[in-house]
Amino acid sequence: MSALLTVDRLGVRIDGPDPVDLVHAVDVALAPGERLGIIGESGSGKSLTALAVLGLLGHPLVAHGSARVATDAGEVEIVGTPSRRLDRVRGAIMSAVFQEPLSSLDPLMRVGKQVAWPLAHHRGLRGDALRRGVLDALADVQLSDPERIARSYIHEISGGQRQRVAIAIALAAGPRLLIADEPTTALDVTVQAGILELLQREVAERGMALIFISHDLPVVSGIADRVLVMRGGRQVELGDTAQILGAPGDPYTAELVAASRRLDDFLPRSTSGRDA
Amino acid sequence: MLLLAFALAVTILFVVLRVLGNPVFALISVGATDAEIAAAAARLGVDRPIHEQFFAYIGQLLSFDLGQSFTNHLNVGDEIVRRLNVTLPLTLLSFTLSVLIAVPVGFFAAWKSRTWYGTTFSAVSQLGGAIPVFWVGILLVAVLSLGWRLFPAGGFPRTDWEDPGAALYSLALPVITIAIVAGSDLARYVRSATLDILGQQYLRAARAAGQSFATALWRHGVRNGVVPLISILAIQLSTTFVGAVIIERVFALPGLGDMLLVGIKEQDFPSVQGVLLFSTALVLVLGFIADVLQRIIDPRLRDSLSGNRRTKALA
Amino acid sequence: MTATILPTVPAPAPAPAASARRRRARRSVNLAVGAALFGLIAVIGLVSVFWTPFAYDDTTGDRLQPPSLEHWAGTDRLGRDLFTQLMIGARLALAVGFGSVLIAAIVGITLGLAAAVARRWVDDAISSLLDIAIAFPTLLLAMLIVAWRGASLDSAILAIGLAGAAVIARLTRITATRVLAMDYVTAARTSGTGTLGILRRHVLRNVWPTLIVPLALQFGGAVGAEASLSYLGLGSPPPNASWGRMLQEAQSTVLVAPTAAILPGILLVALIIGVNLLADGLRDVADPTSRSIR
Repeated sequence: MSALLTVDRLGVRIDGPDPVDLVHAVDVALAPGERLGIIGESGSGKSLTALAVLGLLGHPLVAHGSARVATDAGEVEIVGTPSRRLDRVRGAIMSAVFQEPLSSLDPLMRVGKQVAWPLAHHRGLRGDALRRGVLDALADVQLSDPERIARSYIHEISGGQRQRVAIAIALAAGPRLLIADEPTTALDVTVQAGILELLQREVAERGMALIFISHDLPVVSGIADRVLVMRGGRQVELGDTAQILGAPGDPYTAELVAASRRLDDFLPRSTSGRDA
Repeated sequence: MLLLAFALAVTILFVVLRVLGNPVFALISVGATDAEIAAAAARLGVDRPIHEQFFAYIGQLLSFDLGQSFTNHLNVGDEIVRRLNVTLPLTLLSFTLSVLIAVPVGFFAAWKSRTWYGTTFSAVSQLGGAIPVFWVGILLVAVLSLGWRLFPAGGFPRTDWEDPGAALYSLALPVITIAIVAGSDLARYVRSATLDILGQQYLRAARAAGQSFATALWRHGVRNGVVPLISILAIQLSTTFVGAVIIERVFALPGLGDMLLVGIKEQDFPSVQGVLLFSTALVLVLGFIADVLQRIIDPRLRDSLSGNRRTKALA
Repeated sequence: MTATILPTVPAPAPAPAASARRRRARRSVNLAVGAALFGLIAVIGLVSVFWTPFAYDDTTGDRLQPPSLEHWAGTDRLGRDLFTQLMIGARLALAVGFGSVLIAAIVGITLGLAAAVARRWVDDAISSLLDIAIAFPTLLLAMLIVAWRGASLDSAILAIGLAGAAVIARLTRITATRVLAMDYVTAARTSGTGTLGILRRHVLRNVWPTLIVPLALQFGGAVGAEASLSYLGLGSPPPNASWGRMLQEAQSTVLVAPTAAILPGILLVALIIGVNLLADGLRDVADPTSRSIR
């Protein structure tokens, strides 16, 4: 099976008179349906890597290297391609959920309208079919009372509900890859487990690949098959979750694992011990 | 809220103009006899107790009677309306032109903020807030009117708007002057607001869902960007109005500004009071409209009337 | 490492070092240019207190002369030396700037602090007043006060200062309210410090950095407002030579004697831009959390 996403020496640099490398040479290949966790502290470059893969780096940030995603029309190189050419790849092939739904969603637009756009644009739904599609999408992310939520503005619903809406929007076009950048970090602890479960379920049901970015090792290890450890913009280690946890190769990774164990806060691999 | 503000302003004006200033002496030439002073005082009503004066004043206002000018005995209200023929088009045209200049310029300065265009803009637009509008007027008159004879150097046709071409022609240079100065100032705000919007995460998230830059900007950016801009535009309109007052002096236009300045010079209190009341009402109404518009667009503002919540919501 | 609830991550910024360095370089250029412009005019103004080439009302010169060795900037329509007037104008502009900023600061801070510690309804009342005052154009307010007190330097400074006080008051009120909600203030209160003491020791100290830049910016606005007032004939009468009034006098003879109509304007722009650049340069020093319009 050929890889869905091939990242080859991907880097991110600030362009200008004295260029600075923020991310150095990330190498990873993602198979369809595979779940990859990217872990690192703040400033480790994990979010920048995600944005580079999405082709959404803003001036003066520039990606170099290669990141290729497989579409029906063949492989598409993301690095170096003008952002507007990637519009048809985003949403349909890969999409993203970000950390803070309060700022990732439009505060002046009703939820239903925001969910409607990808459904209309990527799936061509109109009129009644669109309206039903919106309600179905909201129900799919386990929001009770989808009609009320669709009519609401984002400041009228809770943080957990907002993130579910963001996930609904990201999944609306049925992408093959979902990039989740710290999706639970801004949420209350009691709500986090619910979101994680939702992501796990969606990914499994749709056979999607997932890139889950976080600074929280227990959370990542609960959801990922493989883990990529980043530090200071560099890829430190890449391996199966079990191997990373059990026998970390790199001293930094070992530190992370030890610190997590010390807090005795593991999420076991298959179930969540907490209330949603 | 609006009424309270207006009532407050009215009272303040009354206190300042009637109580603190003394209009009687303005009317009297030096060397008047006591009898003449008393007669003048009686005519103005300043010999009556203060609270009687105040109620008479309020009563006058409620019936839209702004009194008569001390100097030429014309009805102040009528005179204001007449002079609005000049000041209103001047203000509105200047405002429109300044917005037409500022929005694209400011937007591009933000969009291409890291290119030479953006940095040049930052430098040049500093001038916008610093350069006095009357100086620009003087210079433009010197070059374009007196020098190249492209525009009239001043004045307004006696036929008023019966000949719209001539009227517009005499307003052209004043409008351009105000628009240049106000526009470059406004452009800085537009640039700042645009930079703000462009950095917003909902644009990034929208693009991640597949929206093109233009679509994301149109669907999400515009409405969000407009909200703070509305307040700024309301203030800008007030500023343009003030600019018009000054510019009327530069170009010898017979508008409200002229009425105000002549009134101050001649201590013609009803005229001064009338223009100031009108300006106050205008500013307050504009602010009120801006407020209402913002509430319509931004649902977060609707739930409360307190400004504190609003600041938090937009934080 | 349990997950913590982090504040919103801003859009990924370039590594702090490089862009901050660039920003600081630009800021120091701004600061240098601003200081140079402001310094130049300040020196001219200061010198004018002790010495000017001619007396202000010396009308012995020929009228409307261009710059010459005798009259460095030429003469005006009454034969008075323009350079002298420019120097006096500098002094006046600085006086207006400092005077009105001082008034704005004193009145504004007092009002803002009062609103912050007062009861809810008093606070609301003051806030509404401030909103009105801020929306009301400075120049109209100035004209009102001038109409009342007559045209003079004091009237202008008072009017412009009061107009600026409203903005300062609102900013003070917001910042003070925030500081008053802090834990160390609560701690001070429980240990017995009275309101006045808290204001003095904690609130004031934390509030004034936020005010530096707005006050500095008001300087430029004040100079511009006074110039407008003088142009309209509502400024201080002679022998206070305001640049604004010089421009008004030069307007009718602008083609014959252009220097008289150009130089005062250039100095006005130079002073205002200089102060604004200084204010911008102070931003990093004063309040690193503020966002600039620039």
